[in-house]
Amino acid sequence: MRAFSYERVNTPQEAAEAVARTPGAKFVAGGTNLLDLMKLEIERPTHLIDVNHIGLDTVEATPEGGLRIGALVRNTDLAADERVRRDYGVLSRALLSGASGQLRNKATTAGNLLQRSRCSYFYDTALPCNKREPGTGCGALEGFSRNLAVIGVSESCISQHPSDMAVAMRVLDAVVETVRPDGAARRIPISEFYRLPGDTPHIENALEPGELITAVTLPAPIGGVHLYRKVRDRASYAFAEVSLAAVLTGDRAYLAFGGVAPLPWRVEAAEEAGGSAESMFAAIFAGATPTEQNAFKLPLARRLLAATLEQRPGARSRQNTQGAA
Amino acid sequence: MTMPLPTTAPATTTDHRQTVELTVNGEHRSLHLDPRVTLLDALREHLDLTGSKKGCDHGQCGACTVLVGGVRINSCLTLAVMHSGEEVTTIEGLGTPEQLGTMQAAFVEHDGFQCGYCTSGQIMSAVAVLGEIGRGVPSHVTADLNTVAYSDDEVRERMSGNICRCAAYPNIIAAIRDVHEQETTAQEGRA
Repeated sequence: MRAFSYERVNTPQEAAEAVARTPGAKFVAGGTNLLDLMKLEIERPTHLIDVNHIGLDTVEATPEGGLRIGALVRNTDLAADERVRRDYGVLSRALLSGASGQLRNKATTAGNLLQRSRCSYFYDTALPCNKREPGTGCGALEGFSRNLAVIGVSESCISQHPSDMAVAMRVLDAVVETVRPDGAARRIPISEFYRLPGDTPHIENALEPGELITAVTLPAPIGGVHLYRKVRDRASYAFAEVSLAAVLTGDRAYLAFGGVAPLPWRVEAAEEAGGSAESMFAAIFAGATPTEQNAFKLPLARRLLAATLEQRPGARSRQNTQGAA
Repeated sequence: MTMPLPTTAPATTTDHRQTVELTVNGEHRSLHLDPRVTLLDALREHLDLTGSKKGCDHGQCGACTVLVGGVRINSCLTLAVMHSGEEVTTIEGLGTPEQLGTMQAAFVEHDGFQCGYCTSGQIMSAVAVLGEIGRGVPSHVTADLNTVAYSDDEVRERMSGNICRCAAYPNIIAAIRDVHEQETTAQEGRA
């Protein structure tokens, strides 16, 4: 690990001031992804600003009937929150399917959104990776790509977004609230938060340098059947090959896929058109460009979608609405 | 031909050390540490509490599991300086060789290990898992998110962050089940 200095701040304002005066600084909250990457010298901050003591660690009701989730609410606590369990089951399910108990106890809401790639070429500093070192190329294009993305990719990068929580946030139309180093706050819909890689895969989201996530808000609950189904290589503590966050109401199937794209993959037009699982799959995955190694993700996604849609209200094999995937 | 030795001295680094005040197993400890020192290294290298083990050092194996403020975490993936002012419990805090803690005794009774390298992490996690189930914290295998009850499946899912390459898993489950039953009996006895 490279040397760095460390400071603890006590308010979001202090965090903004600290980051504004310290080039090369990064915020640290749970640290489970950042420290992993710092040990490998993939992340090399010269200064860490510890934001664990600035508050922002509660889940509050909003005047609109939704929830404001503080950036520092731990994944375990968010999944266990009574309101989340009752009204946003897809979010509890997604959180509980991710990582391990120890990691969920540390990982925060904001940090989970900002997880970096788990592509093995991003992790191996001896190999090319445009995300880690822009301009070096993509080792995965002709390398090991079984776990990587099949849609939304570019010639520069085919890495997939690893978060489960973010997939549920996408299907719930969450909004990311931030504060910039100059103190200005803004609200970014999750649909506009993540960036496709294009030729700048090192830019992963809409945050500006030093911008701090303060909260994630959820709109009022819409009811329906909430499901998060995750297909992976082992039954626990593994990243998704394909996952599907679904909120199924009488009118519409709200659907976001994980494990298949550089960001939580959702195609609202397919939901509006509705129809059979087959036609929705075709619309959601139109233009997919899998590699030979990860082409299996497409039929897997199609079957996952078909099985999930069978749990629509009124569908023939309706299950317990809280059933585990 | 031998390679010439580097002629430049290593770059001097600024001293970033800070005072870190921890309460470890009920005892106050004051350290002066570089911020790079993980909580695991602080415990093992600076406080000689070598029960917590370094397996992968990346949060994948769980051998470093400790409790901070009663919550289980991977001590390898957090900095000691981030925990100044907090309470840490390690395997040494659960019991002694002469007087084992309940979970430690159950692991011995049920042969819940072979090489023993993962064992302190397994035991720290196991203690926390029973607490999480008792507090109604749901898991991936909880059928109804609002109804959390002990089962071997719940324990398997919740222990997935602790790897045992000797594959002592069935006996680990038996040890945890035993402690759960002891606690349930004790609670019924008090009721």
